[in-house]
Amino acid sequence: MIKIKNLTKVYGKNTVVDNISLEVSRGEIFAFLGPNGAGKSTTIKMLTTILKPTSGNVSLNGFDIFKDSKKVRESFGIVFQDPSVDDELTAYENMKIHAVLYKVPKIEIEERIKKLLNIVELYERKDDYVSTFSGGMKRRLEIARGLLHVPKILFLDEPTVGLDPQTRKHIWEYILKINKLEETTIFFTTHYMDEVEKVAKKVSIIDKGKIITTGNIKDILKKTKTKSLEDAFIKITGYNIREEEASNLDRMRLGRKLHSRK
Amino acid sequence: MNTVYILWQRQLKRFYRNKSRVIGSFAQPLLFLVAFGFGFGPVFEQAGQGSYLQFLVPGIISMSVLFSSIFSGIELIWDKQFGFLKETLVAPVSRLKIMIGKVLGGATIAVMQGIIILLISLLFGFKIYNIWFALLSILAMLITAILFTAIGTAIASKLTDMQGFQLLMNLLVMPLFFLSGALFPLENLPKAISIITSLNPLTYAVDLIRYFLIGINSFSVVISIIILIILMSFSVVIASKLFSRMEV
Repeated sequence: MIKIKNLTKVYGKNTVVDNISLEVSRGEIFAFLGPNGAGKSTTIKMLTTILKPTSGNVSLNGFDIFKDSKKVRESFGIVFQDPSVDDELTAYENMKIHAVLYKVPKIEIEERIKKLLNIVELYERKDDYVSTFSGGMKRRLEIARGLLHVPKILFLDEPTVGLDPQTRKHIWEYILKINKLEETTIFFTTHYMDEVEKVAKKVSIIDKGKIITTGNIKDILKKTKTKSLEDAFIKITGYNIREEEASNLDRMRLGRKLHSRK
Repeated sequence: MNTVYILWQRQLKRFYRNKSRVIGSFAQPLLFLVAFGFGFGPVFEQAGQGSYLQFLVPGIISMSVLFSSIFSGIELIWDKQFGFLKETLVAPVSRLKIMIGKVLGGATIAVMQGIIILLISLLFGFKIYNIWFALLSILAMLITAILFTAIGTAIASKLTDMQGFQLLMNLLVMPLFFLSGALFPLENLPKAISIITSLNPLTYAVDLIRYFLIGINSFSVVISIIILIILMSFSVVIASKLFSRMEV
Protein backbone atom coordinates (compact mmCIF):
# COMPACT_ATOMS: atom_id res chain seq x y z
CA MET A 1 0.00 0.00 0.00
CA ILE A 2 2.88 2.36 0.83
CA LYS A 3 6.25 1.88 -0.82
CA ILE A 4 9.09 4.24 -0.02
CA LYS A 5 12.43 3.89 -1.74
CA ASN A 6 15.53 5.92 -0.91
CA LEU A 7 13.52 8.94 0.12
CA THR A 8 15.67 11.96 0.97
CA LYS A 9 15.01 15.57 1.89
CA VAL A 10 17.82 18.07 2.14
CA TYR A 11 17.44 21.65 3.39
CA GLY A 12 20.63 23.52 2.58
CA LYS A 13 23.28 21.53 4.44
CA ASN A 14 20.81 19.64 6.62
CA THR A 15 19.71 16.20 5.55
CA VAL A 16 16.41 15.95 7.37
CA VAL A 17 15.34 12.66 5.85
CA ASP A 18 18.23 10.46 4.81
CA ASN A 19 17.68 7.77 2.24
CA ILE A 20 14.84 5.91 3.92
CA SER A 21 13.12 2.87 2.45
CA LEU A 22 9.99 1.33 3.85
CA GLU A 23 6.98 -0.77 2.97
CA VAL A 24 3.59 -0.89 4.61
CA SER A 25 1.04 -3.38 3.38
CA ARG A 26 -2.68 -3.05 3.07
CA GLY A 27 -4.65 -2.96 6.29
CA GLU A 28 -1.53 -2.76 8.38
CA ILE A 29 -1.20 -0.47 11.40
CA PHE A 30 2.22 1.04 11.20
CA ALA A 31 3.92 3.20 13.81
CA PHE A 32 6.59 5.62 12.70
CA LEU A 33 8.56 6.54 15.79
CA GLY A 34 11.42 8.86 16.57
CA PRO A 35 12.51 11.67 18.87
CA ASN A 36 11.55 15.26 18.12
CA GLY A 37 13.14 16.51 14.95
CA ALA A 38 13.94 13.01 13.70
CA GLY A 39 12.22 13.67 10.38
CA LYS A 40 8.82 12.09 10.98
CA SER A 41 6.66 15.02 10.01
CA THR A 42 8.89 15.87 7.06
CA THR A 43 8.48 12.31 5.81
CA ILE A 44 4.71 12.51 6.17
CA LYS A 45 4.66 15.82 4.34
CA MET A 46 6.51 14.23 1.44
CA LEU A 47 4.28 11.17 1.42
CA THR A 48 1.23 13.40 1.32
CA THR A 49 2.56 15.45 -1.64
CA ILE A 50 2.83 18.82 0.08
CA LEU A 51 6.61 18.78 0.24
CA LYS A 52 8.88 17.90 -2.66
CA PRO A 53 11.47 15.22 -1.88
CA THR A 54 15.05 15.94 -2.86
CA SER A 55 15.30 12.43 -4.23
CA GLY A 56 13.71 9.02 -3.98
CA ASN A 57 10.52 7.28 -4.99
CA VAL A 58 7.23 6.84 -3.24
CA SER A 59 4.12 5.06 -4.32
CA LEU A 60 0.84 5.09 -2.42
CA ASN A 61 -2.01 2.78 -3.28
CA GLY A 62 -0.06 1.91 -6.44
CA PHE A 63 0.25 5.53 -7.58
CA ASP A 64 3.48 7.44 -7.92
CA ILE A 65 3.52 10.63 -5.83
CA PHE A 66 5.16 12.60 -8.66
CA LYS A 67 3.26 11.34 -11.67
CA ASP A 68 -0.17 10.71 -10.17
CA SER A 69 -0.29 13.18 -7.33
CA LYS A 70 -4.02 13.64 -7.76
CA LYS A 71 -4.73 9.92 -7.49
CA VAL A 72 -2.40 9.76 -4.52
CA ARG A 73 -4.30 12.56 -2.82
CA GLU A 74 -7.58 10.78 -3.35
CA SER A 75 -6.11 7.68 -1.71
CA PHE A 76 -5.25 9.03 1.70
CA GLY A 77 -6.73 10.96 4.58
CA ILE A 78 -4.60 12.83 7.05
CA VAL A 79 -4.70 14.23 10.53
CA PHE A 80 -1.87 16.71 10.85
CA GLN A 81 0.20 17.33 13.91
CA ASP A 82 -1.20 20.85 14.26
CA PRO A 83 -4.94 21.40 13.97
CA SER A 84 -6.11 22.19 10.46
CA VAL A 85 -9.81 22.84 10.90
CA ASP A 86 -11.33 26.25 10.34
CA ASP A 87 -12.25 27.63 13.76
CA GLU A 88 -14.64 30.20 12.37
CA LEU A 89 -16.81 27.62 10.66
CA THR A 90 -19.06 25.00 12.20
CA ALA A 91 -18.12 21.33 12.42
CA TYR A 92 -20.60 20.55 9.67
CA GLU A 93 -19.23 23.27 7.39
CA ASN A 94 -15.71 21.95 7.83
CA MET A 95 -16.89 18.50 6.84
CA LYS A 96 -18.86 19.91 3.91
CA ILE A 97 -15.84 21.71 2.48
CA HIS A 98 -13.83 18.51 2.73
CA ALA A 99 -16.57 16.55 0.97
CA VAL A 100 -16.63 19.03 -1.89
CA LEU A 101 -12.84 19.14 -2.21
CA TYR A 102 -12.75 15.33 -2.42
CA LYS A 103 -15.72 15.18 -4.79
CA VAL A 104 -17.91 13.06 -2.59
CA PRO A 105 -21.13 12.56 -4.61
CA LYS A 106 -23.63 15.22 -3.67
CA ILE A 107 -26.39 12.88 -2.60
CA GLU A 108 -24.09 11.05 -0.21
CA ILE A 109 -22.56 14.09 1.47
CA GLU A 110 -25.15 14.64 4.15
CA GLU A 111 -25.46 11.02 5.12
CA ARG A 112 -21.74 10.40 5.29
CA ILE A 113 -21.11 13.48 7.38
CA LYS A 114 -23.85 12.40 9.74
CA LYS A 115 -22.43 8.89 10.01
CA LEU A 116 -18.89 10.03 10.72
CA LEU A 117 -19.86 12.77 13.14
CA ASN A 118 -21.89 10.17 14.98
CA ILE A 119 -18.91 7.84 15.14
CA VAL A 120 -16.78 10.52 16.76
CA GLU A 121 -19.74 11.64 18.87
CA LEU A 122 -19.92 15.16 17.56
CA TYR A 123 -23.20 15.08 15.68
CA GLU A 124 -25.05 17.02 18.37
CA ARG A 125 -22.45 19.75 18.07
CA LYS A 126 -22.43 19.86 14.28
CA ASP A 127 -23.76 23.42 14.04
CA ASP A 128 -21.42 24.86 16.65
CA TYR A 129 -18.37 26.83 15.71
CA VAL A 130 -15.18 24.83 15.99
CA SER A 131 -13.70 27.67 18.06
CA THR A 132 -15.94 26.47 20.91
CA PHE A 133 -14.48 22.94 20.75
CA SER A 134 -11.86 21.49 23.11
CA GLY A 135 -8.59 20.07 21.78
CA GLY A 136 -9.95 16.54 21.93
CA MET A 137 -13.12 17.46 20.06
CA LYS A 138 -11.10 19.16 17.33
CA ARG A 139 -8.98 16.05 16.96
CA ARG A 140 -12.06 13.87 16.70
CA LEU A 141 -13.49 16.21 14.11
CA GLU A 142 -10.26 16.01 12.12
CA ILE A 143 -10.28 12.24 12.23
CA ALA A 144 -13.89 12.16 11.04
CA ARG A 145 -12.97 14.60 8.28
CA GLY A 146 -9.94 12.55 7.24
CA LEU A 147 -12.17 9.52 6.82
CA LEU A 148 -14.98 11.27 4.98
CA HIS A 149 -13.79 10.30 1.51
CA VAL A 150 -13.15 6.66 2.54
CA PRO A 151 -9.37 6.78 2.08
CA LYS A 152 -7.30 3.64 1.64
CA ILE A 153 -4.60 5.05 3.88
CA LEU A 154 -4.95 7.20 6.96
CA PHE A 155 -1.97 9.25 8.10
CA LEU A 156 -2.04 10.35 11.70
CA ASP A 157 0.73 12.67 12.84
CA GLU A 158 0.63 12.54 16.63
CA PRO A 159 -3.15 12.23 16.70
CA THR A 160 -3.44 11.97 20.48
CA VAL A 161 -0.91 14.52 21.66
CA GLY A 162 -2.22 16.57 24.58
CA LEU A 163 -5.38 14.53 25.04
CA ASP A 164 -6.66 12.91 28.21
CA PRO A 165 -6.61 9.10 28.52
CA GLN A 166 -10.36 8.83 27.91
CA THR A 167 -10.21 10.73 24.64
CA ARG A 168 -7.10 8.83 23.55
CA LYS A 169 -8.84 5.56 24.19
CA HIS A 170 -11.91 6.67 22.25
CA ILE A 171 -9.88 7.89 19.33
CA TRP A 172 -7.97 4.64 19.06
CA GLU A 173 -11.17 2.67 19.26
CA TYR A 174 -12.55 4.51 16.24
CA ILE A 175 -9.36 4.09 14.33
CA LEU A 176 -9.17 0.37 15.02
CA LYS A 177 -12.82 0.01 14.06
CA ILE A 178 -12.26 1.72 10.74
CA ASN A 179 -9.10 -0.30 10.20
CA LYS A 180 -11.07 -3.51 10.64
CA LEU A 181 -14.17 -2.50 8.72
CA GLU A 182 -12.57 -0.89 5.70
CA GLU A 183 -9.09 -2.42 5.82
CA THR A 184 -7.75 1.10 5.98
CA THR A 185 -3.99 1.21 6.26
CA ILE A 186 -2.92 3.28 9.25
CA PHE A 187 0.39 5.16 9.27
CA PHE A 188 0.87 7.03 12.52
CA THR A 189 3.43 8.78 14.67
CA THR A 190 3.27 9.23 18.41
CA HIS A 191 5.39 9.65 21.49
CA TYR A 192 3.16 7.40 23.57
CA MET A 193 4.82 3.99 23.51
CA ASP A 194 1.91 2.32 25.27
CA GLU A 195 -0.31 3.23 22.31
CA VAL A 196 2.17 1.67 19.96
CA GLU A 197 2.38 -1.53 21.99
CA LYS A 198 -1.39 -1.79 21.96
CA VAL A 199 -2.15 -1.17 18.30
CA ALA A 200 0.85 -1.31 15.98
CA LYS A 201 1.64 -4.40 13.94
CA LYS A 202 4.81 -2.95 12.55
CA VAL A 203 7.15 -0.26 13.85
CA SER A 204 9.98 1.80 12.43
CA ILE A 205 12.27 3.91 14.56
CA ILE A 206 13.85 6.86 12.84
CA ASP A 207 16.54 9.14 14.21
CA LYS A 208 18.42 11.99 12.57
CA GLY A 209 16.67 11.25 9.32
CA LYS A 210 17.67 7.59 9.18
CA ILE A 211 15.59 4.54 9.86
CA ILE A 212 17.40 2.57 12.54
CA THR A 213 15.15 -0.41 12.86
CA THR A 214 11.95 -1.79 11.39
CA GLY A 215 9.93 -4.79 12.42
CA ASN A 216 7.25 -6.00 14.78
CA ILE A 217 7.48 -5.09 18.43
CA LYS A 218 8.62 -8.52 19.60
CA ASP A 219 11.57 -8.53 17.23
CA ILE A 220 12.61 -5.06 18.29
CA LEU A 221 12.48 -6.02 21.97
CA LYS A 222 14.49 -9.13 21.24
CA LYS A 223 17.07 -7.28 19.20
CA THR A 224 17.58 -4.58 21.82
CA LYS A 225 17.25 -7.00 24.76
CA THR A 226 14.73 -4.77 26.46
CA LYS A 227 11.40 -5.40 28.12
CA SER A 228 9.33 -2.51 26.89
CA LEU A 229 9.18 -0.49 23.72
CA GLU A 230 10.01 2.62 25.65
CA ASP A 231 13.27 1.10 26.86
CA ALA A 232 14.02 -0.12 23.37
CA PHE A 233 13.31 3.33 21.99
CA ILE A 234 15.63 5.04 24.47
CA LYS A 235 18.31 2.43 23.99
CA ILE A 236 18.21 3.00 20.26
CA THR A 237 17.92 6.75 20.16
CA GLY A 238 19.86 7.70 23.29
CA TYR A 239 19.09 9.73 26.41
CA ASN A 240 19.72 13.19 25.07
CA ILE A 241 16.81 15.56 24.73
CA ARG A 242 16.34 16.76 21.18
CA GLU A 243 15.65 20.25 20.13
CA GLU A 244 13.09 21.01 17.55
CA GLU A 245 12.28 24.20 15.77
CA ALA A 246 9.12 25.92 16.97
CA SER A 247 6.14 24.91 14.91
CA ASN A 248 3.98 27.49 13.25
CA LEU A 249 1.46 27.04 15.98
CA ASP A 250 3.90 27.68 18.78
CA ARG A 251 4.95 30.88 17.11
CA MET A 252 1.38 31.91 16.54
CA ARG A 253 0.23 31.30 20.09
CA LEU A 254 1.99 34.50 20.95
CA GLY A 255 0.95 36.16 17.72
CA ARG A 256 -2.70 35.43 18.23
CA LYS A 257 -2.78 37.26 21.51
CA LEU A 258 -1.24 40.33 19.99
CA HIS A 259 -3.33 40.06 16.94
CA SER A 260 -6.69 38.80 18.01
CA ARG A 261 -9.59 39.42 15.68
CA LYS A 262 -12.21 38.44 18.15
CA MET B 1 -16.10 24.89 -10.24
CA ASN B 2 -17.45 23.40 -7.05
CA THR B 3 -14.10 23.78 -5.37
CA VAL B 4 -13.93 27.43 -6.31
CA TYR B 5 -17.48 27.98 -5.08
CA ILE B 6 -17.06 26.32 -1.69
CA LEU B 7 -13.84 28.23 -0.96
CA TRP B 8 -15.41 31.48 -2.12
CA GLN B 9 -18.36 30.83 0.15
CA ARG B 10 -16.05 30.07 3.07
CA GLN B 11 -14.34 33.42 2.63
CA LEU B 12 -17.66 35.26 2.69
CA LYS B 13 -18.90 33.40 5.72
CA ARG B 14 -15.72 34.18 7.60
CA PHE B 15 -16.18 37.83 6.75
CA TYR B 16 -19.79 38.45 7.69
CA ARG B 17 -19.59 36.37 10.83
CA ASN B 18 -16.87 38.58 12.15
CA LYS B 19 -18.80 41.69 13.06
CA SER B 20 -15.77 43.68 14.13
CA ARG B 21 -14.24 43.11 10.72
CA VAL B 22 -17.42 44.20 8.98
CA ILE B 23 -17.68 47.40 11.00
CA GLY B 24 -13.94 48.09 10.86
CA SER B 25 -13.91 47.84 7.11
CA PHE B 26 -16.35 50.71 6.74
CA ALA B 27 -15.05 52.94 9.46
CA GLN B 28 -11.88 54.04 7.69
CA PRO B 29 -13.39 54.96 4.31
CA LEU B 30 -16.19 56.82 6.05
CA LEU B 31 -13.73 58.77 8.13
CA PHE B 32 -11.85 59.79 5.00
CA LEU B 33 -15.09 60.69 3.30
CA VAL B 34 -16.27 62.91 6.11
CA ALA B 35 -12.92 64.49 6.98
CA PHE B 36 -11.76 65.21 3.46
CA GLY B 37 -15.18 65.68 1.91
CA PHE B 38 -16.34 68.28 4.33
CA GLY B 39 -12.90 69.58 5.27
CA PHE B 40 -11.60 70.35 1.80
CA GLY B 41 -14.99 70.95 0.25
CA PRO B 42 -15.07 74.75 0.70
CA VAL B 43 -11.53 75.28 -0.68
CA PHE B 44 -12.24 73.05 -3.65
CA GLU B 45 -15.42 74.93 -4.48
CA GLN B 46 -13.75 78.34 -4.12
CA ALA B 47 -11.20 77.18 -6.68
CA GLY B 48 -14.08 76.71 -9.08
CA GLN B 49 -13.86 72.93 -9.27
CA GLY B 50 -17.45 72.23 -8.25
CA SER B 51 -18.51 69.93 -5.44
CA TYR B 52 -15.63 68.15 -3.74
CA LEU B 53 -17.94 65.45 -2.38
CA GLN B 54 -18.92 64.55 -5.95
CA PHE B 55 -15.25 64.36 -6.86
CA LEU B 56 -14.14 62.50 -3.76
CA VAL B 57 -16.70 59.69 -3.49
CA PRO B 58 -15.34 57.62 -6.41
CA GLY B 59 -11.86 58.02 -4.90
CA ILE B 60 -13.01 56.77 -1.50
CA ILE B 61 -14.83 53.85 -3.12
CA SER B 62 -11.61 52.93 -4.92
CA MET B 63 -9.74 53.25 -1.68
CA SER B 64 -12.02 50.88 0.19
CA VAL B 65 -11.82 48.38 -2.66
CA LEU B 66 -8.02 48.69 -2.70
CA PHE B 67 -7.57 48.28 1.06
CA SER B 68 -10.01 45.45 1.43
CA SER B 69 -8.70 43.47 -1.52
CA ILE B 70 -5.00 43.83 -0.90
CA PHE B 71 -5.31 43.09 2.82
CA SER B 72 -7.35 39.98 2.10
CA GLY B 73 -3.98 38.33 1.51
CA ILE B 74 -3.79 38.11 5.27
CA GLU B 75 -6.41 35.38 5.12
CA LEU B 76 -3.89 33.22 3.33
CA ILE B 77 -1.27 33.80 6.01
CA TRP B 78 -3.91 33.07 8.60
CA ASP B 79 -4.71 29.77 6.90
CA LYS B 80 -1.02 28.97 6.70
CA GLN B 81 -0.51 29.61 10.40
CA PHE B 82 -3.62 27.88 11.63
CA GLY B 83 -3.34 24.92 9.36
CA PHE B 84 -6.42 25.14 7.18
CA LEU B 85 -4.26 25.71 4.13
CA LYS B 86 -2.78 22.23 4.52
CA GLU B 87 -6.25 20.78 4.40
CA THR B 88 -6.79 22.38 1.00
CA LEU B 89 -3.31 21.62 -0.32
CA VAL B 90 -3.50 17.85 0.29
CA ALA B 91 -6.91 17.66 -1.37
CA PRO B 92 -7.10 16.23 -4.89
CA VAL B 93 -7.85 19.59 -6.50
CA SER B 94 -5.57 21.89 -8.45
CA ARG B 95 -3.94 24.73 -6.61
CA LEU B 96 -5.14 27.08 -9.30
CA LYS B 97 -8.72 26.41 -8.27
CA ILE B 98 -7.89 26.95 -4.62
CA MET B 99 -6.25 30.25 -5.46
CA ILE B 100 -9.10 31.39 -7.70
CA GLY B 101 -11.59 30.62 -4.93
CA LYS B 102 -9.54 32.70 -2.55
CA VAL B 103 -9.07 35.62 -4.92
CA LEU B 104 -12.72 35.71 -5.92
CA GLY B 105 -13.76 35.53 -2.27
CA GLY B 106 -11.54 38.45 -1.32
CA ALA B 107 -12.57 40.42 -4.40
CA THR B 108 -16.27 39.87 -3.75
CA ILE B 109 -15.97 41.22 -0.23
CA ALA B 110 -14.04 44.23 -1.54
CA VAL B 111 -16.69 44.99 -4.16
CA MET B 112 -19.48 44.68 -1.63
CA GLN B 113 -17.69 47.22 0.52
CA GLY B 114 -17.33 49.54 -2.46
CA ILE B 115 -21.05 49.27 -3.16
CA ILE B 116 -21.95 49.95 0.46
CA ILE B 117 -19.70 53.02 0.56
CA LEU B 118 -21.46 54.18 -2.61
CA LEU B 119 -24.89 53.72 -1.00
CA ILE B 120 -23.82 55.54 2.15
CA SER B 121 -22.44 58.38 0.01
CA LEU B 122 -25.87 58.79 -1.55
CA LEU B 123 -27.14 59.56 1.94
CA PHE B 124 -24.49 62.25 2.27
CA GLY B 125 -25.84 63.90 -0.88
CA PHE B 126 -23.68 62.25 -3.56
CA LYS B 127 -25.43 62.18 -6.95
CA ILE B 128 -24.75 59.66 -9.69
CA TYR B 129 -25.41 60.94 -13.16
CA ASN B 130 -26.68 57.76 -14.78
CA ILE B 131 -27.97 54.63 -13.10
CA TRP B 132 -26.74 52.27 -15.85
CA PHE B 133 -23.28 53.72 -15.77
CA ALA B 134 -23.33 53.38 -12.00
CA LEU B 135 -23.91 49.66 -12.49
CA LEU B 136 -20.91 49.55 -14.81
CA SER B 137 -18.85 51.08 -12.03
CA ILE B 138 -19.41 47.84 -10.11
CA LEU B 139 -17.70 45.98 -12.91
CA ALA B 140 -14.78 48.40 -12.69
CA MET B 141 -14.65 47.78 -8.95
CA LEU B 142 -14.54 44.04 -9.60
CA ILE B 143 -11.61 44.28 -11.99
CA THR B 144 -9.80 46.50 -9.52
CA ALA B 145 -10.59 44.15 -6.66
CA ILE B 146 -9.33 41.06 -8.50
CA LEU B 147 -6.16 42.93 -9.48
CA PHE B 148 -5.29 43.89 -5.92
CA THR B 149 -6.51 40.69 -4.27
CA ALA B 150 -4.18 38.79 -6.57
CA ILE B 151 -1.30 41.09 -5.58
CA GLY B 152 -2.09 40.58 -1.89
CA THR B 153 -2.30 36.81 -2.39
CA ALA B 154 0.96 36.73 -4.34
CA ILE B 155 2.80 38.55 -1.56
CA ALA B 156 1.13 36.49 1.14
CA SER B 157 2.26 33.30 -0.60
CA LYS B 158 5.81 34.35 0.18
CA LEU B 159 5.31 35.41 3.78
CA THR B 160 4.49 33.61 7.00
CA ASP B 161 3.98 36.35 9.53
CA MET B 162 1.03 38.65 9.76
CA GLN B 163 2.66 41.69 11.27
CA GLY B 164 5.23 41.60 8.48
CA PHE B 165 2.51 41.36 5.89
CA GLN B 166 0.60 44.28 7.33
CA LEU B 167 3.66 46.44 7.50
CA LEU B 168 4.58 45.69 3.95
CA MET B 169 1.05 46.26 2.71
CA ASN B 170 0.80 49.61 4.45
CA LEU B 171 4.02 50.60 2.76
CA LEU B 172 2.47 49.68 -0.56
CA VAL B 173 -1.09 50.81 -0.07
CA MET B 174 -0.52 54.34 1.19
CA PRO B 175 1.42 55.63 -1.82
CA LEU B 176 -0.95 53.79 -4.16
CA PHE B 177 -3.84 55.62 -2.59
CA PHE B 178 -2.38 59.08 -2.07
CA LEU B 179 -0.79 59.26 -5.50
CA SER B 180 -3.75 58.08 -7.51
CA GLY B 181 -6.05 60.97 -8.16
CA ALA B 182 -8.44 59.64 -5.54
CA LEU B 183 -8.12 62.86 -3.57
CA PHE B 184 -7.17 65.50 -6.14
CA PRO B 185 -7.70 66.18 -9.86
CA LEU B 186 -4.86 65.03 -12.11
CA GLU B 187 -4.87 68.19 -14.23
CA ASN B 188 -2.10 70.78 -13.78
CA LEU B 189 0.01 68.66 -11.44
CA PRO B 190 3.77 69.17 -11.19
CA LYS B 191 5.52 67.03 -13.77
CA ALA B 192 7.01 64.50 -11.30
CA ILE B 193 3.72 63.84 -9.54
CA SER B 194 1.99 63.59 -12.87
CA ILE B 195 4.39 60.86 -14.02
CA ILE B 196 4.10 58.94 -10.77
CA THR B 197 0.32 59.01 -10.84
CA SER B 198 0.23 57.79 -14.41
CA LEU B 199 2.36 54.79 -13.39
CA ASN B 200 -0.01 53.91 -10.57
CA PRO B 201 -2.58 51.23 -11.44
CA LEU B 202 -5.05 52.64 -8.97
CA THR B 203 -5.12 55.92 -10.94
CA TYR B 204 -6.88 54.15 -13.80
CA ALA B 205 -9.29 52.41 -11.46
CA VAL B 206 -10.22 55.70 -9.80
CA ASP B 207 -10.57 57.41 -13.16
CA LEU B 208 -12.80 54.70 -14.54
CA ILE B 209 -15.00 54.47 -11.48
CA ARG B 210 -15.27 58.26 -11.40
CA TYR B 211 -16.29 58.29 -15.04
CA PHE B 212 -19.02 55.72 -14.48
CA LEU B 213 -20.35 57.53 -11.44
CA ILE B 214 -20.14 61.23 -12.27
CA GLY B 215 -19.10 61.30 -15.92
CA ILE B 216 -15.73 63.00 -15.41
CA ASN B 217 -12.44 61.41 -16.46
CA SER B 218 -8.82 62.26 -17.28
CA PHE B 219 -7.91 59.22 -19.37
CA SER B 220 -9.76 57.55 -22.19
CA VAL B 221 -12.20 54.98 -20.83
CA VAL B 222 -11.01 52.33 -23.27
CA ILE B 223 -7.38 52.82 -22.30
CA SER B 224 -8.18 52.61 -18.59
CA ILE B 225 -10.14 49.40 -19.13
CA ILE B 226 -7.36 47.84 -21.21
CA ILE B 227 -4.67 48.78 -18.70
CA LEU B 228 -6.68 47.42 -15.79
CA ILE B 229 -7.52 44.15 -17.54
CA ILE B 230 -3.90 43.59 -18.56
CA LEU B 231 -2.65 44.29 -15.04
CA MET B 232 -5.35 42.10 -13.57
CA SER B 233 -4.45 39.15 -15.79
CA PHE B 234 -0.78 39.66 -15.08
CA SER B 235 -1.24 39.74 -11.32
CA VAL B 236 -3.49 36.66 -11.38
CA VAL B 237 -0.83 34.73 -13.31
CA ILE B 238 1.89 35.80 -10.89
CA ALA B 239 -0.29 34.95 -7.90
CA SER B 240 -1.08 31.49 -9.26
CA LYS B 241 2.62 30.84 -9.93
CA LEU B 242 3.65 31.81 -6.41
CA PHE B 243 0.69 30.09 -4.84
CA SER B 244 1.33 26.78 -6.56
CA ARG B 245 4.98 26.84 -5.54
CA MET B 246 4.18 27.35 -1.92
CA GLU B 247 5.34 24.71 0.56
CA VAL B 248 4.00 24.30 4.06
